Amino acid sequence: MTVIDTGALPESASGKKPDSLWTRLKPLTLSLIVPALLLAFWQVATSLRWTRLIPKPYDVAEMMVDFAVGGIVDDAFSATLHIHLLASMGRVYGGFLLAAAVALPIGLMIGRIPAVRMLLDPFLQIMRPIPVTAWLPLSMILFGLGPRSAFALVFLGAFYPILLNTIFGVRSVDPKLFEAASMLGCTGNAQFFKVVLPAALPSIFTGLRLGLGLAWFVIVVGEMTGVPQGLGAVIMDARTLSRTELVICGMIVIGIAGYISDRIVVMIGNRLLAWSPQHNG
Amino acid sequence: MASPNPIIDVRQVTKRFELKDQTIHALAETNLSISKGEFVCLIGASGCGKSTLLRIIAGFETPTSGEALMWGKAVSAPDPTRGMVFQDYALFPWLSVRENIAFGPNARGLPRTTVKDTVDRFIELVGLTKFANAYPHQLSGGMKQRVAIARVLANDAEVVLMDEPFGALDAMTRERLQDELLEIWQRTGLTVVFVTHSIEEAIFLSDRIVVMSPGPGRIESDNPLALSRPRDVSSPEFNEIRRVLGAKLHSHHGKKAA
Ligand SMILES: Nc1ncnc2c1ncn2[C@@H]1O[C@H](COP(=O)(O)OP(=O)(O)O)[C@@H](O)[C@H]1O
Ligand SMILES: [Mg+2]
Repeated sequence: MTVIDTGALPESASGKKPDSLWTRLKPLTLSLIVPALLLAFWQVATSLRWTRLIPKPYDVAEMMVDFAVGGIVDDAFSATLHIHLLASMGRVYGGFLLAAAVALPIGLMIGRIPAVRMLLDPFLQIMRPIPVTAWLPLSMILFGLGPRSAFALVFLGAFYPILLNTIFGVRSVDPKLFEAASMLGCTGNAQFFKVVLPAALPSIFTGLRLGLGLAWFVIVVGEMTGVPQGLGAVIMDARTLSRTELVICGMIVIGIAGYISDRIVVMIGNRLLAWSPQHNG
Repeated sequence: MASPNPIIDVRQVTKRFELKDQTIHALAETNLSISKGEFVCLIGASGCGKSTLLRIIAGFETPTSGEALMWGKAVSAPDPTRGMVFQDYALFPWLSVRENIAFGPNARGLPRTTVKDTVDRFIELVGLTKFANAYPHQLSGGMKQRVAIARVLANDAEVVLMDEPFGALDAMTRERLQDELLEIWQRTGLTVVFVTHSIEEAIFLSDRIVVMSPGPGRIESDNPLALSRPRDVSSPEFNEIRRVLGAKLHSHHGKKAA
């Protein structure tokens, strides 16, 4: 009877003093140290002309402003950030949702039905190590140059983490829970919805999170297939035009967009998985 | 103990586990008959088949030969009338205390209002009203085991099978739960089959202590206790029984070693 004795849940009942300013600012401060050092190093390296190929931070910042709202360079890329971002987001989320829609049922079946496991598992294990980049030529042949190819590659990138984590979640349900359910009168197929699915949810969720991360990860490769719009397309075009500051802008936007989308997923997860001690990240 | 109409009747049950390279003879021919309302403890060294016997009664394992009967009907699968309380609780971590207790009544398709009333009653019975909405990972071991007990009682179990339920708890929590279990048992007329390896726990709780011994697992002796309740662990009678039972348990170990 030691964990809780106040009637409220532990987080709120722990009787902690209100956080001091430093405890609240500490995570933010610490998280900014490495980026700040990197930025300083970048500034020093470019001002001392250790390299002439990398633009200065200020040039990149200026480019970013122009990319977002225009008014500085005023060329084809000015004020187009939102167009490219939306195009990439469409492919990332579309490919991701399609991957989830296919990987979840297949993963549940491989995890639960031995015949399906024997049928699909060896095949998928062989396909899995093939990197998305290796699929690029074939994908362009199959889906043509353009958005469909990008979509297909994002799908492939997100598919395996969702699949594997779903299988893992379904297969690692504590066997005692099946016994508990059956002695309480929940037997047969009802156990799938009452036991397997909720028990596998944390793993499934981890798979979705990794899958979405990988979808952002492969978007540049996916958009190398000759799409006119998208952050990957911007990076490829800028490279061809030797506009390195624009390449770096594209990278930064992808990083930030991927980060925000991950935080949103984590927030949903924390809400949905409040019961799981591992899921309070 | 030869009741004319036992609630549980284990008849000539044996159990072998066939593994790849060996056969484990977990239970030699075993007979055990339990009357309604009895509190029976199974005690013995580890590996003597206590859990196996309990799991056969529950319906989790099928006997190699013989059969277990409940009210004269062969046990073929787990059933809500025989509730199991596991040592490691086996609560559903994604369900709150309330939802864990409601799991059985919901699975059986009882009407919503009935479920709510039942759950309220049993949450109160085990003193967890304040924690109705907490999740298992927020509870102490003793509280988890209370939930595990409440969920089988809320599901109309007639027989409660308990496999070292208090084995993982600290001494004070264990004593408290022993008292609470006895109170519930006396109030409800449940039948309890309780596995333990503590002689004190067995003497404190049971009407009857079944001593088992290993190699292969079997029932060595069946000891009715004529000790009035409530029991005082420091009384001379209690200690005399502890001495006799201890001697019985140790003589089996001696035999096995020889
Ligand atoms: N599922 C199983 N598969 C193989 N052997 C088992 C299984 N369950 C129990 N046994 C064996 O049966 C014997 C009795 O085990 P058990 O009933 O768990 O004993 P106890 O609960 O008295 O410690 C042990 O030798 C154990 O290893
Ligand atoms: Mg055991």
